[in-house]
Amino acid sequence: MTISGVALLAICTLLGGLLGDLLGVALGVKANVGGVGIAMMFLIAVRLWLVRHGLLSRGLNTGVEFWGSFYIPIVVAMAAQQNVVAAAKGGPIVVIAGAGAVAVCFAMVAMIGRLSGRIETMDEIEAREAIEANVPHFKSGRVG
Amino acid sequence: MTMIFHILAANSLITAFAAVGILMWISGAISKYLTFGRIHGSAIAIMLGLVLAFFGGLATGGEKGVADLPALTGIGLMGGAMLRDFAIVATAFEVDVVHARKAGLIGAVALGLGTVVPFILGVFVAAAFGYTDAESLTTIGAGAVTYIVGPVTGAAIGASSPVIALSIATGVFKAVIVMIGTPFVAGMIGLNNPRSAMVFGGLMGTVSGVSGGLAATDRRLVPYGALTATFHTGLGCLVAPSILYFTVRAIIGS
Repeated sequence: MTISGVALLAICTLLGGLLGDLLGVALGVKANVGGVGIAMMFLIAVRLWLVRHGLLSRGLNTGVEFWGSFYIPIVVAMAAQQNVVAAAKGGPIVVIAGAGAVAVCFAMVAMIGRLSGRIETMDEIEAREAIEANVPHFKSGRVG
Repeated sequence: MTMIFHILAANSLITAFAAVGILMWISGAISKYLTFGRIHGSAIAIMLGLVLAFFGGLATGGEKGVADLPALTGIGLMGGAMLRDFAIVATAFEVDVVHARKAGLIGAVALGLGTVVPFILGVFVAAAFGYTDAESLTTIGAGAVTYIVGPVTGAAIGASSPVIALSIATGVFKAVIVMIGTPFVAGMIGLNNPRSAMVFGGLMGTVSGVSGGLAATDRRLVPYGALTATFHTGLGCLVAPSILYFTVRAIIGS
Protein backbone atom coordinates (compact mmCIF):
# COMPACT_ATOMS: atom_id res chain seq x y z
CA MET A 1 0.00 0.00 0.00
CA THR A 2 1.23 3.46 -0.85
CA ILE A 3 0.01 4.85 2.44
CA SER A 4 2.36 2.53 4.36
CA GLY A 5 5.28 4.26 2.71
CA VAL A 6 3.92 7.73 3.39
CA ALA A 7 3.00 6.81 6.97
CA LEU A 8 6.40 5.26 7.59
CA LEU A 9 8.04 8.43 6.29
CA ALA A 10 5.77 10.56 8.47
CA ILE A 11 6.48 8.51 11.59
CA CYS A 12 10.23 8.69 10.99
CA THR A 13 10.04 12.46 10.40
CA LEU A 14 7.98 13.04 13.56
CA LEU A 15 10.19 10.81 15.72
CA GLY A 16 13.32 12.47 14.37
CA GLY A 17 11.88 15.92 15.02
CA LEU A 18 10.92 14.95 18.56
CA LEU A 19 14.36 13.52 19.33
CA GLY A 20 16.01 16.59 17.76
CA ASP A 21 13.95 18.84 20.05
CA LEU A 22 14.76 16.71 23.09
CA LEU A 23 18.44 16.80 22.18
CA GLY A 24 18.20 20.58 21.92
CA VAL A 25 16.64 20.81 25.37
CA ALA A 26 19.21 18.42 26.82
CA LEU A 27 22.02 20.56 25.42
CA GLY A 28 20.34 23.80 26.45
CA VAL A 29 19.97 25.03 22.86
CA LYS A 30 16.97 26.91 21.51
CA ALA A 31 16.91 24.83 18.34
CA ASN A 32 16.24 21.41 16.93
CA VAL A 33 19.53 19.52 16.90
CA GLY A 34 19.77 17.26 13.86
CA GLY A 35 16.10 16.28 13.82
CA VAL A 36 16.03 15.71 10.08
CA GLY A 37 19.29 13.79 10.18
CA ILE A 38 18.00 11.52 12.95
CA ALA A 39 14.80 10.94 10.96
CA MET A 40 16.89 10.04 7.91
CA MET A 41 18.84 7.51 9.94
CA PHE A 42 15.57 5.97 11.19
CA LEU A 43 14.34 5.65 7.63
CA ILE A 44 17.62 4.12 6.47
CA ALA A 45 17.46 1.61 9.36
CA VAL A 46 13.82 0.77 8.64
CA ARG A 47 14.60 0.21 4.97
CA LEU A 48 17.46 -2.12 5.82
CA TRP A 49 15.20 -4.05 8.20
CA LEU A 50 12.40 -4.31 5.62
CA VAL A 51 14.78 -5.48 2.90
CA ARG A 52 16.29 -8.08 5.18
CA HIS A 53 12.86 -9.46 6.06
CA GLY A 54 11.59 -9.24 2.51
CA LEU A 55 8.84 -6.80 3.47
CA LEU A 56 9.73 -3.94 1.15
CA SER A 57 6.67 -3.83 -1.10
CA ARG A 58 6.24 -1.84 -4.30
CA GLY A 59 3.51 0.31 -2.77
CA LEU A 60 5.62 1.19 0.23
CA ASN A 61 8.46 2.16 -2.08
CA THR A 62 6.15 4.34 -4.17
CA GLY A 63 4.91 6.18 -1.08
CA VAL A 64 8.39 7.19 0.02
CA GLU A 65 9.88 7.72 -3.41
CA PHE A 66 7.11 10.07 -4.47
CA TRP A 67 8.07 12.47 -1.71
CA GLY A 68 11.76 12.06 -2.44
CA SER A 69 11.14 12.93 -6.09
CA PHE A 70 8.98 15.87 -5.05
CA TYR A 71 11.96 17.39 -3.41
CA ILE A 72 13.15 19.73 -6.17
CA PRO A 73 9.76 21.42 -6.70
CA ILE A 74 9.62 21.96 -2.94
CA VAL A 75 13.06 23.57 -3.02
CA VAL A 76 11.90 25.84 -5.85
CA ALA A 77 8.90 26.87 -3.73
CA MET A 78 11.28 27.45 -0.83
CA ALA A 79 13.46 29.72 -2.99
CA ALA A 80 10.37 31.68 -4.06
CA GLN A 81 9.54 32.59 -0.47
CA GLN A 82 12.95 33.74 0.78
CA ASN A 83 13.35 37.26 2.05
CA VAL A 84 15.57 38.19 -0.90
CA VAL A 85 14.80 41.91 -0.52
CA ALA A 86 16.27 41.97 2.98
CA ALA A 87 19.32 40.01 1.87
CA ALA A 88 19.89 42.46 -0.98
CA LYS A 89 19.30 45.52 1.23
CA GLY A 90 21.77 44.55 3.96
CA GLY A 91 24.59 46.30 2.15
CA PRO A 92 28.28 45.57 1.81
CA ILE A 93 28.81 43.87 5.18
CA VAL A 94 26.21 41.25 4.28
CA VAL A 95 27.65 40.72 0.81
CA ILE A 96 31.25 40.48 2.02
CA ALA A 97 30.55 38.23 5.02
CA GLY A 98 28.11 36.01 3.10
CA ALA A 99 30.10 35.65 -0.10
CA GLY A 100 33.36 35.34 1.82
CA ALA A 101 32.02 32.51 3.98
CA VAL A 102 30.78 30.68 0.90
CA ALA A 103 34.03 31.14 -1.02
CA VAL A 104 36.15 29.89 1.90
CA CYS A 105 33.86 26.88 2.37
CA PHE A 106 33.90 26.00 -1.33
CA ALA A 107 37.70 26.07 -1.21
CA MET A 108 37.69 23.80 1.84
CA VAL A 109 35.38 21.27 0.16
CA ALA A 110 37.91 21.10 -2.67
CA MET A 111 40.83 20.85 -0.23
CA ILE A 112 39.32 18.09 1.90
CA GLY A 113 38.41 16.23 -1.29
CA ARG A 114 42.00 16.41 -2.57
CA LEU A 115 43.57 15.52 0.78
CA SER A 116 41.45 12.44 1.33
CA GLY A 117 42.22 10.89 -2.03
CA ARG A 118 40.21 9.85 -5.02
CA ILE A 119 36.80 8.28 -4.67
CA GLU A 120 34.26 6.83 -7.08
CA THR A 121 32.00 9.46 -8.58
CA MET A 122 28.24 9.06 -8.65
CA ASP A 123 28.39 8.16 -12.36
CA GLU A 124 31.04 5.51 -11.77
CA ILE A 125 29.04 4.03 -8.89
CA GLU A 126 25.95 3.78 -11.06
CA ALA A 127 27.92 2.27 -13.94
CA ARG A 128 29.46 -0.34 -11.64
CA GLU A 129 26.12 -1.13 -10.05
CA ALA A 130 24.53 -1.55 -13.47
CA ILE A 131 27.18 -4.14 -14.29
CA GLU A 132 26.81 -5.85 -10.91
CA ALA A 133 23.03 -5.93 -11.31
CA ASN A 134 23.46 -8.23 -14.29
CA VAL A 135 25.38 -10.72 -12.18
CA PRO A 136 22.85 -12.49 -9.97
CA HIS A 137 24.09 -12.60 -6.38
CA PHE A 138 22.93 -11.46 -2.98
CA LYS A 139 24.23 -8.36 -1.32
CA SER A 140 23.11 -7.49 2.17
CA GLY A 141 20.89 -4.51 2.69
CA ARG A 142 20.52 -3.43 -0.90
CA VAL A 143 17.59 -3.44 -3.25
CA GLY A 144 18.10 -3.67 -6.97
CA MET B 1 -11.54 37.82 -12.34
CA THR B 2 -12.45 37.82 -8.66
CA MET B 3 -13.76 34.29 -9.17
CA ILE B 4 -10.38 33.19 -10.48
CA PHE B 5 -8.63 34.75 -7.50
CA HIS B 6 -11.12 33.13 -5.19
CA ILE B 7 -10.53 29.65 -6.59
CA LEU B 8 -6.73 30.19 -6.49
CA ALA B 9 -6.77 31.41 -2.90
CA ALA B 10 -9.22 28.75 -1.71
CA ASN B 11 -7.02 25.97 -3.13
CA SER B 12 -3.72 27.57 -2.17
CA LEU B 13 -1.60 24.42 -2.03
CA ILE B 14 -2.96 23.15 -5.36
CA THR B 15 -2.28 26.58 -6.87
CA ALA B 16 1.29 26.30 -5.60
CA PHE B 17 1.72 22.89 -7.28
CA ALA B 18 0.50 24.37 -10.57
CA ALA B 19 2.60 27.53 -10.23
CA VAL B 20 5.81 25.65 -9.40
CA GLY B 21 5.12 23.16 -12.18
CA ILE B 22 4.72 25.95 -14.72
CA LEU B 23 7.87 27.61 -13.42
CA MET B 24 9.76 24.34 -13.88
CA TRP B 25 8.43 23.89 -17.43
CA ILE B 26 9.67 27.37 -18.30
CA SER B 27 13.03 26.65 -16.64
CA GLY B 28 13.35 23.39 -18.51
CA ALA B 29 12.72 25.20 -21.80
CA ILE B 30 15.25 27.91 -20.92
CA SER B 31 17.80 25.26 -20.01
CA LYS B 32 17.27 23.41 -23.27
CA TYR B 33 16.99 26.25 -25.77
CA LEU B 34 18.94 29.14 -24.25
CA THR B 35 21.79 27.39 -22.44
CA PHE B 36 21.75 24.19 -24.55
CA GLY B 37 21.57 22.06 -21.44
CA ARG B 38 24.67 23.59 -19.89
CA ILE B 39 22.78 24.98 -16.89
CA HIS B 40 20.49 22.48 -15.21
CA GLY B 41 16.76 23.20 -15.40
CA SER B 42 16.36 23.00 -11.62
CA ALA B 43 19.17 25.54 -11.12
CA ILE B 44 17.30 27.95 -13.37
CA ALA B 45 14.04 27.21 -11.56
CA ILE B 46 15.66 28.01 -8.20
CA MET B 47 17.14 31.23 -9.56
CA LEU B 48 13.80 32.24 -11.08
CA GLY B 49 12.20 31.46 -7.73
CA LEU B 50 14.62 33.81 -5.98
CA VAL B 51 14.05 36.53 -8.58
CA LEU B 52 10.29 36.18 -8.14
CA ALA B 53 10.78 36.30 -4.37
CA PHE B 54 12.67 39.57 -4.80
CA PHE B 55 9.89 41.20 -6.83
CA GLY B 56 7.22 39.66 -4.63
CA GLY B 57 8.96 41.15 -1.62
CA LEU B 58 9.17 44.56 -3.30
CA ALA B 59 5.50 44.43 -4.32
CA THR B 60 4.09 43.38 -0.95
CA GLY B 61 6.72 44.72 1.43
CA GLY B 62 6.50 41.38 3.22
CA GLU B 63 9.19 38.95 4.31
CA LYS B 64 8.07 35.81 2.52
CA GLY B 65 8.67 36.58 -1.15
CA VAL B 66 5.81 35.57 -3.44
CA ALA B 67 4.09 33.74 -0.56
CA ASP B 68 2.83 37.11 0.65
CA LEU B 69 0.69 37.50 -2.49
CA PRO B 70 -2.82 36.31 -1.53
CA ALA B 71 -3.15 33.94 -4.49
CA LEU B 72 0.22 32.32 -3.82
CA THR B 73 0.13 31.71 -0.06
CA GLY B 74 0.31 28.01 -0.90
CA ILE B 75 3.93 28.51 -1.96
CA GLY B 76 4.60 29.24 1.69
CA LEU B 77 3.15 25.89 2.72
CA MET B 78 4.74 23.95 -0.12
CA GLY B 79 8.20 25.42 0.42
CA GLY B 80 7.88 25.71 4.19
CA ALA B 81 9.91 23.79 6.75
CA MET B 82 7.26 21.05 7.18
CA LEU B 83 7.15 19.71 3.62
CA ARG B 84 10.81 20.52 3.03
CA ASP B 85 11.93 18.33 5.92
CA PHE B 86 9.45 15.62 4.91
CA ALA B 87 10.89 15.48 1.40
CA ILE B 88 14.48 15.60 2.64
CA VAL B 89 13.84 12.64 4.94
CA ALA B 90 12.30 10.78 1.99
CA THR B 91 15.53 11.16 0.03
CA ALA B 92 17.24 9.04 2.72
CA PHE B 93 15.63 6.05 0.99
CA GLU B 94 18.30 6.42 -1.70
CA VAL B 95 21.23 6.70 0.70
CA ASP B 96 23.76 3.95 0.28
CA VAL B 97 24.70 3.05 3.85
CA VAL B 98 28.16 1.85 2.86
CA HIS B 99 29.07 5.19 1.29
CA ALA B 100 27.52 7.21 4.09
CA ARG B 101 29.38 5.27 6.77
CA LYS B 102 32.70 5.64 4.95
CA ALA B 103 32.30 9.41 4.94
CA GLY B 104 31.06 9.62 8.53
CA LEU B 105 34.24 10.88 10.22
CA ILE B 106 35.20 13.27 7.47
CA GLY B 107 31.64 14.60 7.52
CA ALA B 108 31.97 15.34 11.24
CA VAL B 109 35.27 17.16 10.65
CA ALA B 110 33.61 19.22 7.90
CA LEU B 111 30.76 20.01 10.28
CA GLY B 112 33.17 21.44 12.87
CA LEU B 113 35.12 23.45 10.29
CA GLY B 114 31.90 24.65 8.68
CA THR B 115 30.87 26.25 11.96
CA VAL B 116 34.15 27.77 13.11
CA VAL B 117 35.58 29.05 9.80
CA PRO B 118 32.57 31.11 8.61
CA PHE B 119 32.20 32.40 12.17
CA ILE B 120 35.79 33.71 12.28
CA LEU B 121 35.38 35.25 8.84
CA GLY B 122 32.12 36.94 9.89
CA VAL B 123 33.73 38.32 13.04
CA PHE B 124 36.62 39.79 11.04
CA VAL B 125 34.27 41.39 8.50
CA ALA B 126 32.17 42.85 11.33
CA ALA B 127 35.34 44.19 12.98
CA ALA B 128 36.43 45.71 9.66
CA PHE B 129 33.07 47.53 9.49
CA GLY B 130 33.68 49.12 12.87
CA TYR B 131 31.89 46.83 15.32
CA THR B 132 33.87 46.50 18.52
CA ASP B 133 31.57 44.90 21.13
CA ALA B 134 31.69 41.14 21.62
CA GLU B 135 27.89 40.78 21.26
CA SER B 136 27.70 42.36 17.79
CA LEU B 137 30.85 40.61 16.56
CA THR B 138 29.59 37.22 17.74
CA THR B 139 26.09 37.72 16.30
CA ILE B 140 27.31 38.74 12.85
CA GLY B 141 29.84 35.90 12.92
CA ALA B 142 27.02 33.51 13.83
CA GLY B 143 24.98 34.91 10.92
CA ALA B 144 27.76 33.83 8.60
CA VAL B 145 27.16 30.27 9.86
CA THR B 146 23.43 30.16 9.02
CA TYR B 147 20.51 32.55 9.16
CA ILE B 148 19.06 30.63 12.09
CA VAL B 149 22.25 30.51 14.16
CA GLY B 150 22.59 34.32 13.82
CA PRO B 151 19.31 35.40 15.45
CA VAL B 152 19.34 32.54 17.99
CA THR B 153 22.80 33.62 19.13
CA GLY B 154 21.95 37.31 19.04
CA ALA B 155 18.87 36.77 21.17
CA ALA B 156 20.79 34.60 23.63
CA ILE B 157 23.63 37.05 24.25
CA GLY B 158 21.57 40.25 23.96
CA ALA B 159 22.70 41.84 20.69
CA SER B 160 20.85 44.87 19.29
CA SER B 161 17.99 44.41 16.84
CA PRO B 162 19.72 45.94 13.76
CA VAL B 163 22.69 43.67 14.34
CA ILE B 164 20.39 40.65 14.54
CA ALA B 165 18.70 41.76 11.29
CA LEU B 166 22.15 42.07 9.73
CA SER B 167 23.07 38.56 10.85
CA ILE B 168 19.88 37.13 9.33
CA ALA B 169 20.56 38.97 6.08
CA THR B 170 24.12 37.60 6.03
CA GLY B 171 22.85 34.05 6.51
CA VAL B 172 20.13 34.41 3.86
CA PHE B 173 22.62 35.90 1.44
CA LYS B 174 24.95 32.98 2.11
CA ALA B 175 22.11 30.50 1.43
CA VAL B 176 21.25 32.31 -1.81
CA ILE B 177 24.88 32.29 -2.99
CA VAL B 178 25.18 28.58 -2.19
CA MET B 179 21.98 27.81 -4.14
CA ILE B 180 23.11 29.76 -7.20
CA GLY B 181 26.86 29.18 -7.05
CA THR B 182 27.10 25.45 -6.35
CA PRO B 183 26.34 24.15 -9.87
CA PHE B 184 28.98 26.50 -11.30
CA VAL B 185 31.81 25.46 -8.98
CA ALA B 186 30.77 21.80 -8.60
CA GLY B 187 33.30 20.59 -11.17
CA MET B 188 36.11 22.66 -9.68
CA ILE B 189 35.62 21.45 -6.11
CA GLY B 190 35.05 17.81 -7.05
CA LEU B 191 31.40 17.68 -6.05
CA ASN B 192 30.50 14.46 -7.85
CA ASN B 193 30.54 11.73 -5.21
CA PRO B 194 28.75 10.90 -1.94
CA ARG B 195 31.73 11.74 0.25
CA SER B 196 32.32 15.23 -1.12
CA ALA B 197 28.56 15.83 -0.91
CA MET B 198 28.68 15.01 2.82
CA VAL B 199 31.70 17.28 3.31
CA PHE B 200 29.88 19.98 1.34
CA GLY B 201 26.77 19.63 3.51
CA GLY B 202 28.81 19.89 6.70
CA LEU B 203 30.79 22.91 5.55
CA MET B 204 28.02 24.93 3.93
CA GLY B 205 25.49 24.17 6.59
CA THR B 206 22.41 26.07 5.51
CA VAL B 207 19.91 23.32 4.72
CA SER B 208 18.12 25.46 2.16
CA GLY B 209 21.38 26.43 0.46
CA VAL B 210 22.80 22.91 0.48
CA SER B 211 19.61 21.23 -0.69
CA GLY B 212 19.00 23.84 -3.38
CA GLY B 213 22.60 23.87 -4.56
CA LEU B 214 22.92 20.10 -4.70
CA ALA B 215 19.51 19.70 -6.34
CA ALA B 216 20.68 22.02 -9.08
CA THR B 217 23.98 20.16 -9.43
CA ASP B 218 23.06 16.49 -9.20
CA ARG B 219 19.85 15.26 -7.65
CA ARG B 220 21.52 12.01 -6.48
CA LEU B 221 23.84 13.91 -4.14
CA VAL B 222 21.06 15.61 -2.17
CA PRO B 223 20.53 12.97 0.54
CA TYR B 224 24.24 12.82 1.41
CA GLY B 225 24.58 16.58 1.71
CA ALA B 226 21.35 16.90 3.69
CA LEU B 227 22.45 14.20 6.12
CA THR B 228 25.32 16.34 7.47
CA ALA B 229 23.83 19.79 6.84
CA THR B 230 20.93 19.05 9.15
CA PHE B 231 23.29 18.87 12.14
CA HIS B 232 24.93 22.15 11.20
CA THR B 233 22.35 24.60 12.53
CA GLY B 234 22.02 22.67 15.79
CA LEU B 235 25.77 22.64 16.29
CA GLY B 236 25.97 26.34 15.47
CA CYS B 237 23.20 27.21 17.94
CA LEU B 238 25.11 25.18 20.52
CA VAL B 239 28.60 26.63 20.20
CA ALA B 240 28.05 30.19 18.90
CA PRO B 241 26.36 31.67 22.01
CA SER B 242 28.66 29.70 24.33
CA ILE B 243 32.22 28.69 23.43
CA LEU B 244 32.60 31.04 20.46
CA TYR B 245 31.07 34.00 22.32
CA PHE B 246 33.35 33.50 25.34
CA THR B 247 36.35 33.19 23.03
CA VAL B 248 35.51 36.45 21.26
CA ARG B 249 34.97 38.18 24.60
CA ALA B 250 38.26 36.88 25.95
CA ILE B 251 40.17 38.02 22.86
CA ILE B 252 38.84 41.58 22.73
CA GLY B 253 38.98 41.74 26.52
CA SER B 254 35.70 43.44 27.42
